[in-house]
Amino acid sequence: MQISNLTVRYGAIEAIRGVTFTAMPSRITAVLGANGAGKTTLLRTISGLVQPASGSIVIEGVELIGRATDDIARLGVGHVPEGRGVIAEFTVEENLRLGAMAFDIDLAAGLDEQYQQFPVLGERRKQYASTLSGGERQMLAMARALIAQPRLLLLDEPSLGLAPLVAAELMTTIRELCATKNLSVLLVEQNAKGALRIADDAVVLSVGRVVANGSAAEVASDDQLRQYYLGLVQ
Amino acid sequence: MGAFFTSRIVSDILIGAAQGVLVGLIALSLVLIWQSTHVLNFAQGAMAMFAAFCGMTMLEHGLNYWVCVLISLVAAMLLGGVTERVLVRPLYGKAEINSIVVMVGFLGILESGASSIWSGMARQLTSPLSQTYFTLGSKTLYLSPFSLFQIGSALTLMLGVAALFRFTKIGLQLRASALAPEVSRLLGVRVNRMLTLGWIISSAVGAFAAIIIATSGSGLFPSNMDGFFVFGFIAAAIGGLESPGGAILAGLLIGIIQTFVADYLSPSWVAFTPVLILVLSQLVRPAGIFTKNTTRRL
Repeated sequence: MQISNLTVRYGAIEAIRGVTFTAMPSRITAVLGANGAGKTTLLRTISGLVQPASGSIVIEGVELIGRATDDIARLGVGHVPEGRGVIAEFTVEENLRLGAMAFDIDLAAGLDEQYQQFPVLGERRKQYASTLSGGERQMLAMARALIAQPRLLLLDEPSLGLAPLVAAELMTTIRELCATKNLSVLLVEQNAKGALRIADDAVVLSVGRVVANGSAAEVASDDQLRQYYLGLVQ
Repeated sequence: MGAFFTSRIVSDILIGAAQGVLVGLIALSLVLIWQSTHVLNFAQGAMAMFAAFCGMTMLEHGLNYWVCVLISLVAAMLLGGVTERVLVRPLYGKAEINSIVVMVGFLGILESGASSIWSGMARQLTSPLSQTYFTLGSKTLYLSPFSLFQIGSALTLMLGVAALFRFTKIGLQLRASALAPEVSRLLGVRVNRMLTLGWIISSAVGAFAAIIIATSGSGLFPSNMDGFFVFGFIAAAIGGLESPGGAILAGLLIGIIQTFVADYLSPSWVAFTPVLILVLSQLVRPAGIFTKNTTRRL
């Protein structure tokens, strides 16, 4: 995915200013930065929920700007939004069925695969999503996106609100999924340490601009970035 | 046994149920639109009336009653779909007062339009089924072939709508689009189409009720749905606005209580009764009797 000169405005405020970077296929690209850096806006723009003032987002030769959100999803872009977005009034299985609905896939096989990947969802398949814990909801949101077999998965703050151990397990799962499913992942995180542990590449945003872009190892070893933009004190 | 079925109480229940299911159908159509788009459609009754006119005036040209019903339902679906796309869609995300003002204005346009096209005179629709009550021995059983059809078709429609929402792929997408439109879009659901479909289904249900109401006695005229719309609105509010089954049950309740009030107290209290039921139900359970939540989102 190539993002070029992307600018997004909310009225007079520029939330994203001329952002340019490339997320390589089958790799995890962490998008890091403080609150208000423009991370969530970036994901929402990729999914077509926010229309940019200018710029371009191209996935495998297809321009996403100007397309409707449902069209972008059908092109193979899965998006797990901030707050998970599971439908509390639906059961676990209804949430998963909804995730598969727009796609030409074998539903039974898809459900089996997700229940194998996340056994707790299989145990709770008839339960309403409102009864799940935070970690289980995050798993459901991920499984609901994965059942559609996306080529690019956008994850917005997946570890937010989770206990440190659960968050660490989730990061490991994301790493495994990327490797086994040949999946490209754009991972937005405030938990820079956890994200850099599993990411291949990293982009650091500050007030809507890219201030660093390189391998996760490079970003993790840059003391200035760690101190000023990622809040990782030595 | 015959004496029981022809007793005053059972007679009131049967007459009230036949009226009540019609109130319930209007309430159901309002709930369907509220559930799918969070718009209170004040033009629901007028849309149903207009669609009924489109088909049922064909009776005068010799067309079969059921063919006319079919034409009305198709007209209702078209009217519902076009209304959502043209009038309602630009209002999503705006203050609720906007949609209320637009739909009240649309109500006026439809009623005056119908008056201009078909005149304000009531048209009597000849029922294809007998409206003469059955008898048990020398006593009257307050059920006719038409009222049986009235109750049976309303309950079948309710079950059909419930099954559509509960068990089908379209139903799952309709519910998801209403509950979480943004998330649904992220999952590839064609949310705009689902919202239009919600209006199409709702309009067809409303038009069916309008045809039965016109056939069962009042005749068809531009304002003949106004009273039923108010009662349907009250039933939907009592049911909780988000419960299709609750809407039908509340409609039934209103119809039956109204009949008891007319029979045991005074017919002049009939119009006031639903309002009284609404006030009492709101005091006991403001979110609606049949909703799971005890508070309503603001």
